[in-house]
Amino acid sequence: MTFDAVTVAMLKTAIWETFYMVALSSLFAYVIGLPLGIVLVVTDTDGIYPIPWLQKILGLVINLLRSVPFLILLFIVLPLSKIVIGTRIGSPAIVIPLTIAAAPYIARVVESSFREIDAGVIEAAKSMGASTWQIIWKVLLPESRPSLLLGAALAVTTILSYSAMAGFTGGGGLGAVAINYGYYRYEPGLMWIAVILLVVMVQIIQEIGTQLSKKGDKRIR
Amino acid sequence: MALEEPIIRLRNVGKEFKTANGPVVALEDINLDIERGEIFGIIGLSGAGKSTLVRCINMLETPTSGQVIFEGENLAAQSDRQKRMARRSMGMIFQQFNLLAQRNILKNVCFPLEIAGVSRQEGKKRAMELLELVGLADRAGAYPAQLSGGQKQRVAIARALATNPKVILCDEATSALDPNTTKAILALLKEINQTIGVTVIVITHEMAVIEAICDRVAIIDQSHIAELGTVSEIFSEPKSRIGRQLILGDAVNQVKFSDSRQLRIIFDGRESTEPVISNLVLACKVPINIMYAATKDINGTAMGQMIIQIPEDETDANRIINYLKSIQVPFEEVTKNDI
Repeated sequence: MTFDAVTVAMLKTAIWETFYMVALSSLFAYVIGLPLGIVLVVTDTDGIYPIPWLQKILGLVINLLRSVPFLILLFIVLPLSKIVIGTRIGSPAIVIPLTIAAAPYIARVVESSFREIDAGVIEAAKSMGASTWQIIWKVLLPESRPSLLLGAALAVTTILSYSAMAGFTGGGGLGAVAINYGYYRYEPGLMWIAVILLVVMVQIIQEIGTQLSKKGDKRIR
Repeated sequence: MALEEPIIRLRNVGKEFKTANGPVVALEDINLDIERGEIFGIIGLSGAGKSTLVRCINMLETPTSGQVIFEGENLAAQSDRQKRMARRSMGMIFQQFNLLAQRNILKNVCFPLEIAGVSRQEGKKRAMELLELVGLADRAGAYPAQLSGGQKQRVAIARALATNPKVILCDEATSALDPNTTKAILALLKEINQTIGVTVIVITHEMAVIEAICDRVAIIDQSHIAELGTVSEIFSEPKSRIGRQLILGDAVNQVKFSDSRQLRIIFDGRESTEPVISNLVLACKVPINIMYAATKDINGTAMGQMIIQIPEDETDANRIINYLKSIQVPFEEVTKNDI
């Protein structure tokens, strides 16, 4: 392994690619997953606006999507990237399968955060005449904020590890470096560097999530 | 006040829950009139249906039959929107306080005002007044986790009063509090009732709560109202089995007397000036059953006898016998046939 300017530049590009793949996918996945998580909780039989059939169907679809291994989902979804973005290789193309894989996962993470909220608090809001929307905006979301932030750290690190797999299908980022150099070219040195950079990124994301969650949590004296 | 129409009237209210094991009747044929400005108690053992009843009043539970008439309107027949509006006229406080953990207490009190669409500034002003009323104005910026149970319930009371409700529903509001805090919270509720004139409905399983603040009480047992009347009526003469049980307490019922031993105590003039029986109970911490008692004035000396039944439990019985021996009161054991 030679540590020249070219290698450094390549690693820098890879870090940036990983960063924006993960950031964009996380953003899009939350845009889809957060409302789905809300629907899962709100429309449940004992929820604040029960629509049991919708809840069941949504739960089923989410489970189906979650049971497809990511690598296989990649192959299934990449033709869609070709249509939407115009290419099936490179980092932008990976954002679509990443979003599709992460959204149902996020829906479940968000669901479990909401379920932690004491039913009594929701009942109190109802007793004041709060509407379903008011309960979602003023009780569910703010009261579960610390748990949602921890869930976000979990979701983003999972998306990061998924993004590394995209190296197999011609996606960019640190995963591609590890696969192309370490696996195909037998340059374990560069592979280890990519892996260490991924580990560092996971640590940073987790730490940010934990700290934000703790700082904002008013349940701690 | 008696001339005015009751603020809440329940007419043949019934509630059935559908469970996996078939329907369960929680309430059946409940008829109640709650007068404007009174403190009305609903007491019952757990599972009697009292929590369901209070939730039927503000439509958190929809009754399966009957009418809930609040200020002349049958809530059971109203739309969801109308029900939400009606709830703003009914504050509610809970056993577990149910404050929003991520909001400071000022914002907790603002919460029902936000829901009602009151402007932020006006809401804050009103919330501060209410915190003043419950004696927590200096803690406005604190979060629920920083408060004691009693303080949390004060915040909950302030919150329940925020929208100027006509009724406050208290669901076991003091059951999670220690006796002193309970007293203070009950005093606050009474004060609010007297100063603001808000009608208070208190749900509890503790007779002491009813005794402390209620004007009238309904005893609910097995989904029905077993007894209804003023607190003094029910106290002096409970008619239902459950009423007697709640008022006499269950201390006596826990001890079995059925076929236990009986003692005849003889008073020889000295003891009649001493509270022998009270001292016996206090010293032994064991209830006794007085079967018969008579005192006669014989030549200026009070002479008498009393037959008491002592618990079946061997240890308790021996403790009583030893106590009587120790204070040198003459006594003998008698059998049923002696009486």
